[in-house]
Amino acid sequence: MSDQTLAQPELAAVQVDVNDSEDLSRGEVILKGALAAGAVYGAAMVGPFVGRALAMAGGGDVGILNFALTLEYLESAFYREAKTRAKASGDLKKLIALVGRDEDEHVGALTETIKKLGGRPVAEPKFDFPYSGTAGFLKLAQTFEDTGVSAYNGAAPQIKSAEVLEAAGSIVQVEARHAAAIRLQNGTEPAPLAFDPSLPKAKVLKAVEPFIA
Amino acid sequence: MAVANRESALARVAADPVSRRKLLAVTGGSTALAAFLAACGSDGDSTMTTGAAAGGKSGTEKFGKGDVGILNYALTLEYLETAFYEDVAKSGLFRGSDLETIRKFGSEEAEHVSALTGFVKQMGGTPAPAPKTEFPLKSARSVLELAATVENLGAAAYLGQAPYIKGASVLAAALSIHSVEGRHAAALNTLLGDSIVPDGAFAKPAGAAEVLKSVEPFIVG
Repeated sequence: MSDQTLAQPELAAVQVDVNDSEDLSRGEVILKGALAAGAVYGAAMVGPFVGRALAMAGGGDVGILNFALTLEYLESAFYREAKTRAKASGDLKKLIALVGRDEDEHVGALTETIKKLGGRPVAEPKFDFPYSGTAGFLKLAQTFEDTGVSAYNGAAPQIKSAEVLEAAGSIVQVEARHAAAIRLQNGTEPAPLAFDPSLPKAKVLKAVEPFIA
Repeated sequence: MAVANRESALARVAADPVSRRKLLAVTGGSTALAAFLAACGSDGDSTMTTGAAAGGKSGTEKFGKGDVGILNYALTLEYLETAFYEDVAKSGLFRGSDLETIRKFGSEEAEHVSALTGFVKQMGGTPAPAPKTEFPLKSARSVLELAATVENLGAAAYLGQAPYIKGASVLAAALSIHSVEGRHAAALNTLLGDSIVPDGAFAKPAGAAEVLKSVEPFIVG
């Protein structure tokens, strides 16, 4: 691993991939775009947001819920902006409204749950989504939804409480449904792999970091 | 169960998206939101907790003990899905991109079957046998409706078992399949013009008893 940073990360190319491995739980997961470019996000890239998120996240289930909340903030802001920026019409316009509503509900539910568990919800960061037009939106949306699925799948086995696990499961299934619908809009396969890869927390945070303004 | 009953019950569910959704709603059990509320438990109201937290049973005991039972239950459902897609692909009801989608989904279900079989063996268990199945394949529309029913139910079935799974690697495997079932369900719902998220922002789980009852009409031996 190099400490090299990416001046202009290939944002849309950050895709989750997985090796066919017999051991599903240890599927080798990579961030294809960044690695293919011959560069990885180094420690120097860990900006103030990620540091703060980790510091505030707390341990255990609250930590995982705060990690999830960070991703839901990102998705929620992304679809909120997309209502005007994606230049969508017809079915896609409806889909953006629907998915955005779901992400908002996830933010609300995660925030409440963290509070009720005695934790402190992380604050919503400011985001910057570098895309233009419908095609640019769809490409980034697919990356976010697929990454979201992998993030929840990666974090869930560490959840202690059965209820929190069930709640995370009910959210990840909805993220998977979003991913499939966005992929169909993109003209790609809704379920490209028989097993959705899981992504460790650190890699997810690095993947979303470029979108934090 | 008599063949006539089976066909009529199935036809009703398959042909009617409302009863299909109703079926899913009925089998849903506790909602995720309720689970979120239960997660706090600060008022100590144990009646709000779900079965798993209350030490309840997964309902898969007849398939084996603990995680092996859950894996064998999942394996039975995956066998059913695989057989369904095989029959559909052979039915001649679909061609072009729809047929490709059916073949792709079917091949993914077959991969789930082999992974789950391997997992059960690895844990020292005996894999559940493939059930003998029969599906009504009358029209493209009714078959897509049935496919969506099965996939939505399959996703709910995995979600319903997640809190009962003990082993982290079993849970990771189940989750990686669960979200694929969710993708299949959403794609089929899209083809049908139905909502991709019939339960809203939080997918509902389904318990083993309800799931098994729902698929019973397809199992003939």
